[in-house]
Amino acid sequence: MTDLTRLSAFDLAKLISTKEVSAVEVATAHLDRIAAVDDRVHAFLHVDRAGALEAAAAVDRGEITGPLAGVPIAVKDVVTTKGVPTTAASKILEGWKPPYDATIVERLKKAGMPILGKTNMDEFAMGSSTEYSAYGPTNNPWDLGRIPGGSGGGSAAALAAYEAPLAIGTDTGGSIRQPGAVTGTVGAKPTYGGTSRYGLIAFSSSLDTPGPCARTVEDTALLHAVIAGHDPRDSTSIPQPVPDVVAAARLGATGDLTGVKLGIVKEFAGDGSEPGVTAAFQESLQKLVKLGAEVVEVSCPHFEYALPAYYLIAPSECSSNLARFDGVRYGLRAGDDGNRSLEEVMSLTREAGFGPEVKRRIIIGTYALSSGYYDAYYGQAQKVRTLITRDFQSAFEKVDVLVSPTTPFVAFPFGSRTSDPYQMYLADLFTIPTNLYGGPAISVPCGLSEGLPVGFQIMAPTLADDRMYRVAAALESAVGTFTPPAL
Amino acid sequence: MAAISREEVAHLARLSRLAVTEEELDRFAGQLDVILQSVARVGEVAAEDIPPTSHSVPLTNVYREDVPTASLTQDAALSGAPDAYESRFRVPRILDEED
Repeated sequence: MTDLTRLSAFDLAKLISTKEVSAVEVATAHLDRIAAVDDRVHAFLHVDRAGALEAAAAVDRGEITGPLAGVPIAVKDVVTTKGVPTTAASKILEGWKPPYDATIVERLKKAGMPILGKTNMDEFAMGSSTEYSAYGPTNNPWDLGRIPGGSGGGSAAALAAYEAPLAIGTDTGGSIRQPGAVTGTVGAKPTYGGTSRYGLIAFSSSLDTPGPCARTVEDTALLHAVIAGHDPRDSTSIPQPVPDVVAAARLGATGDLTGVKLGIVKEFAGDGSEPGVTAAFQESLQKLVKLGAEVVEVSCPHFEYALPAYYLIAPSECSSNLARFDGVRYGLRAGDDGNRSLEEVMSLTREAGFGPEVKRRIIIGTYALSSGYYDAYYGQAQKVRTLITRDFQSAFEKVDVLVSPTTPFVAFPFGSRTSDPYQMYLADLFTIPTNLYGGPAISVPCGLSEGLPVGFQIMAPTLADDRMYRVAAALESAVGTFTPPAL
Repeated sequence: MAAISREEVAHLARLSRLAVTEEELDRFAGQLDVILQSVARVGEVAAEDIPPTSHSVPLTNVYREDVPTASLTQDAALSGAPDAYESRFRVPRILDEED
């Protein structure tokens, strides 16, 4: 019999809807795969076997139908799941079971998608390697001694290890796309406001965007269509229809890009990318030209300030958002011996509960927002955000999408960048501008360098998510997909 | 840009309600200094006439119809609390004895 864990979500949905296999069989195959390999990969922080099988059985009973009914999914642990542990990979939330579901989780359940479990990540989504998880790192299925990207390394690794056909990630500075790139999977950051943030444990509210992760562009689009759309419970949710991303992906898969203008950013040249990454990117670009696309060089002079602006804005918002972890309403409480004041207990709780990267960012954010520094740091960063938005708008007057490598380097070995946080931050060099602007972007595998996957990033104007899917599917049709070594 | 001192990190940690250890103070002071020197570049480009952008979508207040709807039950709201007493969150004392 076919190994169900190797099939695409699209194929699984077809087999389930025609009753060639049951949803319970599909869920069981993935749960068994998790049991067989996850001690080596560590993509999951929690596996909900009973919940997944129960949801699958409901599909088999015909209670739920739909394009992805019965297709199992893994959910990043920063997204709340009612009654199922949600920790954001932090000790401060160890064992917490949320009393409600995030909007995107509600939509997955309504679509009949069994939730396999919660995936590992950098604590509170702060990091680029999943080394900052309080529960230990996730290993890249391509090479277990290397990082799977971050912060959504667990979601990406679960796909690459065939533990799940689909996964949910969140992208604040590249946390869907960068793990996708280094694990040879597809990850899309929708337009900010295109997917609801209700029920996400907030890191940087003006940037956080939940989105789909999969092994193919079509699967990514199918999941995008399930989770996207207006949510009145999120004040930043955009009350407009979602573009037909599935149709766009299928159009792109025909391999015709006649008339499509791809912009390459002049300022991204000489950025310090590894030669193998640059070579894979350039070869892919030539393949897109053969499909009819035209390549145009554009200038985005303020992109070089995106990384500094991001590393002021994100910590500032994080220092505010993480104030809610005070040892009162949920999570850990430390040092409460009856003799200490609330303030002392709060400080001891946060010291015991937060890891080093979270503390670093809280302190930077507190500094950037403090009196006397606010204008020089946070205020200036918000102005840079305006300039970057103008760069994008000006570029999109000349081209349909912008393209770049997703990351400057392939998956690096564990520990090689943790001693110098700023070197780690460079992993998000190409992904961050889009978060500051708010537009959609996707990473698609485009080749190998030193035997490890390289990602190709496609960025589109806000609300033109369909445009990036068309180009992404065309690229996938030209370069094929990449399979990691057997675990 | 002035370097960030160990004392300054300690002050910021207090403001953030983080009881950092001595070892962390040493480590963070060096790391934060490098990060802040690197990000200070934002000051190079943004002129006074550039308006700031806080969100990529226009923010407007969102209202719903004034119709009561279900909310979390008291038990559900307290379900994750580290300590609760008679349907309330129980907290350590807020005032010192001399206050």
